[in-house]
Amino acid sequence: MSKTMNLTLHVWRQKGGTDVGGFETYKAQDISEHMSFLEMLDVVNERLLADGKEPIAFDSDCREGICGMCGMVINGVPHGPNAATTTCQLHMRHFNDGDEVTIEPWRASAFPVLRDLVVDRGAFDRIIQAGGYISASSGSAPEANGLPVPKADADRAMDAAACIGCGACVAACPNASAMLFVAAKAAHLGALPQGQPERWERVKKMVAQMDAEGFGHCSNHYECMAACPKEISVDFIAQLNRDLVRATVVEREHEEKSGGAG
Amino acid sequence: MPMAKAITLHDTTIGKKVVMAVTGLVLYGFVIAHMLGNLQVFMGPEQLNGYAKKLHDLGPLLYAARAVILLALVLHVAMVVQLVSRTAAARPIGYRLKKNQVTTYAALTMKLGGVVLMLFIVYHLAHFTFPGLSMTAGYKHSPTDVYANVVSGFRVPWVTAIYVLAQLCLGLHLYHGAFSLFQTLGLSHPRYVEKARFVAQTLGIAVAAANIAMPVAVVAGIVK
Ligand code: HEM
Ligand code: SF4
Ligand code: FES
Repeated sequence: MSKTMNLTLHVWRQKGGTDVGGFETYKAQDISEHMSFLEMLDVVNERLLADGKEPIAFDSDCREGICGMCGMVINGVPHGPNAATTTCQLHMRHFNDGDEVTIEPWRASAFPVLRDLVVDRGAFDRIIQAGGYISASSGSAPEANGLPVPKADADRAMDAAACIGCGACVAACPNASAMLFVAAKAAHLGALPQGQPERWERVKKMVAQMDAEGFGHCSNHYECMAACPKEISVDFIAQLNRDLVRATVVEREHEEKSGGAG
Repeated sequence: MPMAKAITLHDTTIGKKVVMAVTGLVLYGFVIAHMLGNLQVFMGPEQLNGYAKKLHDLGPLLYAARAVILLALVLHVAMVVQLVSRTAAARPIGYRLKKNQVTTYAALTMKLGGVVLMLFIVYHLAHFTFPGLSMTAGYKHSPTDVYANVVSGFRVPWVTAIYVLAQLCLGLHLYHGAFSLFQTLGLSHPRYVEKARFVAQTLGIAVAAANIAMPVAVVAGIVK
């Protein structure tokens, strides 16, 4: 027999960007411990629909922890109480019968609320567009071993590439800083040979866009790393700092020299 | 492709933090030197006054050092003001419930503690360096007898209380500051994080304790 539970939810409801919004209280009844947190919300929404009420809007896509859509702050922690777990992968067995659960959207001026728990993470896309890419000609695939990558570099790139762009780092940061995301994306390409030609320009452009989007600065609280479902390390932030200093102080002429495509 | 606009370090939030880290390091150096100098109060009047005379005899060199420290302080505070005012707008609507998981009290109180330090620096200068502005009743200032100034300055318990409070703030600021600055400068490494935290904590406590020991020793009648 699996455990079932009844919960009281306090959920942020907001009709749209201009609506002031506020908390509403709902009962979540007969929730199986095997459900995911999103499935629990699905059950609540079915009840709301049956009662002719607006369901709670939240984002989700893959429901297997890889797309980064399902962000919400659960009882004060982005993605809820379990370390290294997205909301969609959070199981209800981590809650107890009778629990009160407060659910809020990511809070940052750069992530405006679209509706209820859904925020616009377009700021992350614009940071990637500013420099989080490599300019490679898209001909036929090159020979796999044509460009050797040292194991340590490949590992480091893979660690950084684990970032799913969910925004929990911003949500958790007391300053609403996006440093962990930007650091991961810059380090992922910066660790690989393919990323070298644009390395210094990339860091400058991504940081400039991060600032332009209105994210806060980094005070080294490390709340981002604790909230990150992919356990991205703040070591990448140290590297971003180092790379930006190098890009702006040491590699200045690089700008003029790097004429055509890298 | 030519860049539309060259990005300079100090335009960025990271660059401003780098300035804070470098100036913080300069100020940290001053705090250590200042503490070591003053601790000579425990070695008697001749030692402390002799040290003070040596410092003053440096002449232009002393003024150059003071200029560097003042510049570092001005830049440090200017960067704080720029960063904090910017970041205040980054989360206009806060959380109803927010649980911090790993940050420290020291890290969370950098801004408030910084304001206390700023006020304290002004008070401290008015107390000993520009004593015309002294707020201590019954305090007599001698330009050469530093030892006597210390004893007469700290005999008043509420003055000592202000110093103790300010030094507790300094200890916390130095703890997170020392821990944070290596990360800001990109010099930290995951392998040494816990060691760095321990060293930063120990140094912060040591500096605060040493600076507190002096006024307390006067109030307790140990230094007289
Ligand atoms: C005794 C003098 C001082 C020393 C030795 C000192 C040292 C430092 C150091 C080393 C840092 C770390 C920088 C980094 O994270 O990279 C720092 C940060 C900071 N300092 Fe100071 N500081 C002093 C005075 C002040 C004053 C007077 C203020 C306030 C007006 C202030 C406000 C701050 C703030 C707010 C931060 C944190 C910035 C952030 O990360 O958000 N400090 N300080
Ligand atoms: S760094 Fe972690 S928390 Fe931030 S966006 Fe990437 S996966 Fe999400
Ligand atoms: S829905 Fe894709 S990560 Fe949660």
